[in-house]
Amino acid sequence: MEDCLAKKLEITVSEAEKRTGRNAMNIQETYTAYLIETRAVESQSEGQCAPVDSLWRRYSEFELLRNYLSVTYPHIVVPPLPEKRADFVWHKLSADNMDPDFVERRRIGLENFLLRVASHPVLCQDKIFYSFLTQEGGWKEMVNETGFQLKADSRLKALNATFRVKNPDKRFTELKHYSDELQSVISHLLRVRARVADRLYGVYKVHGNYGRVFSEWSAIEKEMGDGLQSAGHHMDVYAASIDDILEEEEHYADQLKEYLFYAEALRAVCRKHELMQYDLEMAAQDLTSKKQQCEELATGTVRTFSLKGMTSKLFGQETPEQREAKLKILEEQIQEGEEQLKSKNLEGRDFVKNAWADIERFKEQKNHDLKEALISYAVMQISMCKKGIQVWTNAKECFSKM
Amino acid sequence: DTSLAEVNSFSSSMPISPSSMINQYKFEDGPELRDLFITVDDPESHITAIETFITYRVATKTSRGEFDSSEYEVRRRYQDFLWLKSKLEEAHPTLIIPPLPEKFIMKGMVERFSDEFIETRRKALHKFLNRIADHPTLTFNEDFKIFLTAQAWELSSHKKQGPSLLTRMGQTVRAVTSSVRGAVKNRPGMFTEMNDYMETFSQKINLLDKIAHRIYKEERDYFNEMKEYGPIHTLWSASEEDIADSLKGIANCIDRCCKATEKRMAGLSENLLPILHEYVLYSDILMGVLKRRDQIQGELDSKIDALANKKTEKDLFSEEIGKLEDKVERANNALKVDWDRWKQNMQCDMRSTFINVAENNLRFYEECLATWESFLASQTVDLHVEEDSEDRP
Repeated sequence: MEDCLAKKLEITVSEAEKRTGRNAMNIQETYTAYLIETRAVESQSEGQCAPVDSLWRRYSEFELLRNYLSVTYPHIVVPPLPEKRADFVWHKLSADNMDPDFVERRRIGLENFLLRVASHPVLCQDKIFYSFLTQEGGWKEMVNETGFQLKADSRLKALNATFRVKNPDKRFTELKHYSDELQSVISHLLRVRARVADRLYGVYKVHGNYGRVFSEWSAIEKEMGDGLQSAGHHMDVYAASIDDILEEEEHYADQLKEYLFYAEALRAVCRKHELMQYDLEMAAQDLTSKKQQCEELATGTVRTFSLKGMTSKLFGQETPEQREAKLKILEEQIQEGEEQLKSKNLEGRDFVKNAWADIERFKEQKNHDLKEALISYAVMQISMCKKGIQVWTNAKECFSKM
Repeated sequence: DTSLAEVNSFSSSMPISPSSMINQYKFEDGPELRDLFITVDDPESHITAIETFITYRVATKTSRGEFDSSEYEVRRRYQDFLWLKSKLEEAHPTLIIPPLPEKFIMKGMVERFSDEFIETRRKALHKFLNRIADHPTLTFNEDFKIFLTAQAWELSSHKKQGPSLLTRMGQTVRAVTSSVRGAVKNRPGMFTEMNDYMETFSQKINLLDKIAHRIYKEERDYFNEMKEYGPIHTLWSASEEDIADSLKGIANCIDRCCKATEKRMAGLSENLLPILHEYVLYSDILMGVLKRRDQIQGELDSKIDALANKKTEKDLFSEEIGKLEDKVERANNALKVDWDRWKQNMQCDMRSTFINVAENNLRFYEECLATWESFLASQTVDLHVEEDSEDRP
């Protein structure tokens, strides 16, 4: 990996704090602020402990950073933010943004986001990103001053391009398909996983009822009492064990969610390509029509219908001087157009080349991360099975003593 | 043991699992001491103009001298079992008669003559007869013998001979009222203890029954969701290349765990649920037995009270009281012995049932563990292979 920021700077989102303040409309609101800590790595290797810099940021500032990066580097698959609102919840988890478990998982997600950006060969060099990490005051103004919002493509324009583009690069069309499928399959998986978690919770928790009843029953039994009582205790342990198990699984779900959101980032790159391609096609079309007009004017033949042509037929021909002037303007426009087309073509080819390089990088990262996530899921299941075996072995021993 | 082998060939329509066979024969008398073997199987539907009903085949093998033959095969319907139970209660009011399956099942969504209902009932009827066969006193009851051996018409005519329905109802009413009236105050401490025990036991066993049903329901709901979970991974693998194998592996693991869950549920419904249900019924039976004992005692007590007020006919009364005292003593002893026997059996049943539950769960977790561990092994093998190929120039 090239020399990216992540190697020089240690970045953590170490704390989350509830704050109250007044928002843009002067209304009191509660929000969570996250503490970003950074420390230079180099000085550590010299045996010195570098000082920790820190500043507080809220979620909306992370959003602003990401929007800036998406607009400024449209050929890059920009890492996604953790979800704004809790989604795919099962009954025990709350959907409340202020819920401490949600805040904790979001803190981890935000840290992950920063690390992803910091280890990206292109994104990590961005100055705005660096200031986000190190400069508390005035950062928002700095971002807005870049004027990135003006560069942002309108949704409508993008939609228009998607429908009208004639010759998009086939690889991007395939990639768009893939990102749609990825999004659909991961959301389905997360939904069902949440339902499975809910049911599993039910199975474990009902066993807790055994504990209470065994204990009450043991009071009237002379010989069976001890066995019943101790078995009941193990049933309580069993029922309680599900809480940790499912909490761990939430982290797995978060890993999948990241790639659910990455699908959107992939689609954004495809959209940008479609826009550029459409733009190119429109410019080429415009140039062709201008050349045609030029030819018609020069030869005096009207091959295509034009209003000017009709009016001049009705109201008389133009003077040779007028025609001369028009031709001149057209020739200038054609020259401009050809230069623009050349640069657009170049831009387009560069975009495809750079985008595709990042997409390959992304694919490798995705395959690696997802495989690891799946393995970690298997590890979790193994741990759950081992715990189950232990509890039921103990319970069986107690039952044998009844 | 030839009877076991032949039983299997009879009931080809209804496979009796090896474990349930063992359960059926796990009574206090080992198989070597038994001289009466009974099976209930082969349910058949009968349709007449008035009604539809099911009969079961009751097959008996015995080496006892009192039986004319060593093998019998008769067909009985649920009504006949009810008749047998009431005759046994009549003859031995303070013995613990085993429970019969109920007439209807209110809670489950089981149709009256669904296969599931019939099978559950058949198993319970089988257990009922075998428990009677194992009971030191009940096994020699004459009505029991007739039930096992008489042809249908013989049984009908025998049934008509007993005390009428009205007399029987009258006895029940008397039993209830006299137990309310004063029997409690003269009750020996031992039976008060039994009563207190039974009240708590009944409460707890009913709770356990509900808990077990809840667990079954939760496991079934979990199973239903799991069925959908595995296939999504397979679907995903279709749009991936590098991780397709891992995804398919996960799908496979989830499906295997799903099947293991199904087995776990079957274990519950075959073992824990029926046993808890039987003991729920037993707790009602035992309360009834204690009441009947109180009623017998009540007869004696009221006669004694009446004697205190009598001036004449004292001798006649004393004779009657003597007879009643004997009756009370016999009833008390019978109950005491049977109670101890019941408690032993209950302990044994509970121990083996809950051990079975634990083993069920252990099997489940061990199967799932093996599945996931083999998946993990396959993944790490792949990683090593990848690393090796990267090292090569």
